[in-house]
Amino acid sequence: MTDIRIWEGPSKNHSGSESEQTRRSFLRTGAAAVGGMAALAAALSPLRELSSDDVPNFDEFLQKHYKAMTPEEMEAALERIRKKVEDRYAVRPHLRDVKPMEGVEFVYALNLSRCIGCRKCVHACVAENNQSRSPEIQYIRVIEMPRGSLDVEKGNHHYDHPTVPDPSHFYMPVQCHQCANPPCVKVCPVEATWQEPDGITVIDYDWCIGCRYCEAACPYWARRFNFAKPSLPREQLNPNMSYLSNRPRERGVMEKCHFCLHRTREGRMPACVEICPTGSRKFGNVLDPKSEVSEILKTKRVFVLKEDVGTLPRFFYYFDERYPNTLDPEAVAIAERLKAEEGDAYGCLPGAAGPRKDFVASSTPEWWNGART
Amino acid sequence: MRTYLTFLFRCFRLSFVGDARYYAWMFLLTVFVLLGINAYCKQLVYGLATTGMTDQVSWGFYIANFTFLVGMAAAAVMLVIPVYIYKNRELHDLVIFGELFAVAAIIMAMLFVTVDLGRPDRFQHLMMRFNFPVSMLTWDVLVLNGYLLLNLHICGYLVYCAYRRRQPSKIFYIPFVFVAIVWAISIHTVTAFLYSGLGGRPFWNSAVVAPRFLASAFAAGPAFLILSLSVLAKFTTYRVPEKAFLTLRNIVTIALAINMFLLGSEAFTEFYTDSAHGASAKYLFLGLHGRTALVPWIWTAIALNLVAMVLLFMPLSRKLPVLQTASVMLIVGIWIEKGMGMIVPAFIPTPLGEIVEYLPTMNETLVTLGIWAGGILIYTILVRVTVPVLTGRLTEDQDFEAATTASSAAAEHAEVHP
Repeated sequence: MTDIRIWEGPSKNHSGSESEQTRRSFLRTGAAAVGGMAALAAALSPLRELSSDDVPNFDEFLQKHYKAMTPEEMEAALERIRKKVEDRYAVRPHLRDVKPMEGVEFVYALNLSRCIGCRKCVHACVAENNQSRSPEIQYIRVIEMPRGSLDVEKGNHHYDHPTVPDPSHFYMPVQCHQCANPPCVKVCPVEATWQEPDGITVIDYDWCIGCRYCEAACPYWARRFNFAKPSLPREQLNPNMSYLSNRPRERGVMEKCHFCLHRTREGRMPACVEICPTGSRKFGNVLDPKSEVSEILKTKRVFVLKEDVGTLPRFFYYFDERYPNTLDPEAVAIAERLKAEEGDAYGCLPGAAGPRKDFVASSTPEWWNGART
Repeated sequence: MRTYLTFLFRCFRLSFVGDARYYAWMFLLTVFVLLGINAYCKQLVYGLATTGMTDQVSWGFYIANFTFLVGMAAAAVMLVIPVYIYKNRELHDLVIFGELFAVAAIIMAMLFVTVDLGRPDRFQHLMMRFNFPVSMLTWDVLVLNGYLLLNLHICGYLVYCAYRRRQPSKIFYIPFVFVAIVWAISIHTVTAFLYSGLGGRPFWNSAVVAPRFLASAFAAGPAFLILSLSVLAKFTTYRVPEKAFLTLRNIVTIALAINMFLLGSEAFTEFYTDSAHGASAKYLFLGLHGRTALVPWIWTAIALNLVAMVLLFMPLSRKLPVLQTASVMLIVGIWIEKGMGMIVPAFIPTPLGEIVEYLPTMNETLVTLGIWAGGILIYTILVRVTVPVLTGRLTEDQDFEAATTASSAAAEHAEVHP
């Protein structure tokens, strides 16, 4: 602070003991500054626990938006991601950027008369798409609904009783509806999410800033956020992956169902369709008049969830008109057979992921959590 | 240029000078800031899992405080309007304190959005692919930054002119003042549209959100100014005209009454209709399926606001202590009503009907307190620097030491914040 006088201009008028005062104030200021810096360093100390793996390197920092990358830049980004996956999981992934096919628009149809609520789709999806296992992120939520209502508030998300499928209920799986007028895309401030020509709404996980506005905007609760660093055991990694779908995510970004585009754009079915034991899930190209989904849209009385919000979903539900008040007996028979074959493994119906029950914020003391509940 | 740098440097130096109370106050704020930084570092390491937020309730305490503070910032305009539109000259200098508070409030609001981001390291993406005008969040980024610059310019210019003992040139600030009036209303409107534009959240999807935001802001903001001017009058040599308090009292009274009316309209629509869309309101006011975490909060808020309103309508509140009490009550009431009471219930039940409650964690609360402490620290410094300049004790041709020895600091400013 001694050099301050330089700035004081000509009108100075200092007393004789001024140098002594300055020296003392200098020492005092110095001590305060040192103390302040020490306190700041202590405050910043948790940052030492950041691993180099968590901090974006230079190339990652400079990586462009998906749509702005040249093919060479995309290849460089893919190679970088492959290397990172290899470092983390010791598996060389089959990673590529799968483009949409010409003349294809995907839609989904779900026969509510055949869904037995087994949640196999939920777990097949997690296995396919490399979601975090702890806390577990699930894209599909199966709701147990009382017959005669489509009000989701009457539904039960955490049903876990031995009588599933229960005759007085039906089971409604909900996942991303891949809306033609998606509110989530509209609200994203950085264009990190958009609708592809084949109707799939995708996320560039390397562009998302994690504001969660899309999560607030979605009327179907289809979006998920990586609140913690995703944990995925290496033996559970699915090495078949693409840039816009199931490559491993980072902490702090959004993710969602993408109709398994790394499979479906190469002519395969989504994992949830493939696993469904009752065939209640139908998927295909609506632009192809001969496809099964086109046939369903033409012949069944399909409906969409929350039509009033104007999102124009590409996900259709229908009941089989032959069985207005019961499940399709064929589906019930399948449920019985599965229960007999799989025993407890089926009967217990591994449940829907709760609100991060398995993750207690590390820095929150017991007494505070106690006060919260 | 050199004079300007000297000015800035002297302001910087001045912010470290004060009496024991000033140092104690600044020390306290610094401790909270450091605790907040520490908590935020933990959040950076472990992710937003350190907060109470979930996929079900994906916005919480941070966004609630952000919303409240945007309103507080917008409320500065309620001092500007009497002065520049109704030519109430007595309050002229007080406008500066309102705008300084707007600066601090905007900085706090921006910090709250920043700590809410999952990937703050990708902030620059906003500059590279800006989804304007489709995303309301991009509007918010623009209007908040614009408002910050406007207010920095207006107060900076006026204070610097006082420092140079110059008459401010009208062309350099009057047009900005009028732009700032409209701009202030826009920042809170845009913030309301952020919520009310979402069709999937019936609790927010209401045209009354923006007017309600403005009314509650124009009650809480001037109430905060009443408190900060009280502190100013008590701890500094600065003379605050009584008329300032009375003008602010009128503004607060009317705004609070309008706010209560709008709240009532909202509640009537939700409860009389009694449709499925009212589930969130039911959760907030009465509890839903036995889940009642927010019920005591919202009724506390309503009680505080009602008592404050009754006090304000009585002549009794022309007395400063009563006015201050009513101000504290309504600030707390509106903070609850508009923060937690506005943001959290929209997520409960989820669009798929699941009920997951939310309460902030310790870490989240510390980050929040840290930002509040930081904002008040900034406001204290701004006021501490401005008072000697406006009272003519710190000017270009005066000695720095002379200016500081006579002063008693603008300490403990805003001690009574919500």
